[in-house]
Amino acid sequence: MNGLLDSLRGIGARVIDSIWRMGVATRFFLMILLQSGQSFRRFHLIIREIYSAGVLSLIIILVSGLFVGMVLGLQGYETLQTYGSEEALGVLVALSLVRELGPVVAALLFASRAGSAITAEIGLMKATEQLAAMEMMAVDPVARVVAPRFWGAVISMPILAALFSAMGILGGYLVGVVLIGVDEGAFWSQMQAAVDFREDVLNGVLKSVVFGVAVTAIALFEGYDAPPTAEGVSRATTRTVVTSSLAILALDFILTAFMFRGV
Amino acid sequence: MQRATLDLWVGIFVVAGIAAILFLALRVGNMGSFDSASTYTVKASFDNIGGLKARAPIKSAGVVVGRVSEIGFDSTMYEASVSLKLDTRYKFPKDSSASIMTSGLLGEQYIALEAGGEEKMLEEGDALKLTQGAVVLENLIGQFLFNKSEEAPKATEPK
Repeated sequence: MNGLLDSLRGIGARVIDSIWRMGVATRFFLMILLQSGQSFRRFHLIIREIYSAGVLSLIIILVSGLFVGMVLGLQGYETLQTYGSEEALGVLVALSLVRELGPVVAALLFASRAGSAITAEIGLMKATEQLAAMEMMAVDPVARVVAPRFWGAVISMPILAALFSAMGILGGYLVGVVLIGVDEGAFWSQMQAAVDFREDVLNGVLKSVVFGVAVTAIALFEGYDAPPTAEGVSRATTRTVVTSSLAILALDFILTAFMFRGV
Repeated sequence: MQRATLDLWVGIFVVAGIAAILFLALRVGNMGSFDSASTYTVKASFDNIGGLKARAPIKSAGVVVGRVSEIGFDSTMYEASVSLKLDTRYKFPKDSSASIMTSGLLGEQYIALEAGGEEKMLEEGDALKLTQGAVVLENLIGQFLFNKSEEAPKATEPK
């Protein structure tokens, strides 16, 4: 009897805990939005965060974009060739990059490159009581530290995703046209006929904005919420990468279902 | 890091991002062509549209002159009603005919617009009277088999 009660208590505690955490996360997110005005007035704070989240992620994004595009070119050619339609390679590479791979893979890379850095930085700031010190000086840490990081990362994400897609298409072009010898005119003209600016490109950009908000909100919250110990910060960093990767993939499914149904 | 170098890098980053989006819009997508041009819409009813989809091209003499904007079902006539968005640069006579064609054996379907001989030109909201629906491959094969089976007894008779 006691064992049953204990296990029920365990379930109840876990449910209450997770709901409580969700509530805290939501309030934290609303607080970021409320304090955003102040950080936009001091725009150089945001610019510094765009540098650390966006510019420093450029190398990994550009190189992976190029290689993903090149692999798509090779694999797509292999498959399309069996149907004698290798001219459709451009369509395959462009649509898969612009609609899916660009936003999703760029966001996954961004979560592990910039998201983890944000969590570690804020977690460490909390562990070394820098945030508490700010509060002592009547500086709101959410306005001074958290909100600029949020907007810096949210602004960077669509730019990185667009660069990823563009590099990927160039990679597909390099492999398909320059290396294998698919007809250049057909490659570009079929691509242009199939890719719609509003339906495909803008929806891809919209996806990456949503992913940017999700990844950054998760990273900031995990950092802000981390237990102020070495172990706590390391676990928070791990959780950031895992949670935001799962969130990206789940959100991608939902967004795709709404955006591209029946097109 | 110095404020100026920081600003420079972020500036380069943002400009590169805008360039990437422009590249996607103009070189990869079809924003530069047609979508922004002004259009007029005409209606056409087909007995069967086959696999025609919204945004399929409308071609005249092989040149894209518009796109299918909407496909609906007319429940009074039991026909498909298709809205054709044509570029205002191209005018067609009122008695032009539309037929649904397939590019290649298994390619996408498009509407071929053939100009008629009338003096008056099509205007916004007009309906095309002469239309020909899609050729359904299954019906064609069925007909072919039917004809063959009718021929078959004659071929064996002389024996």
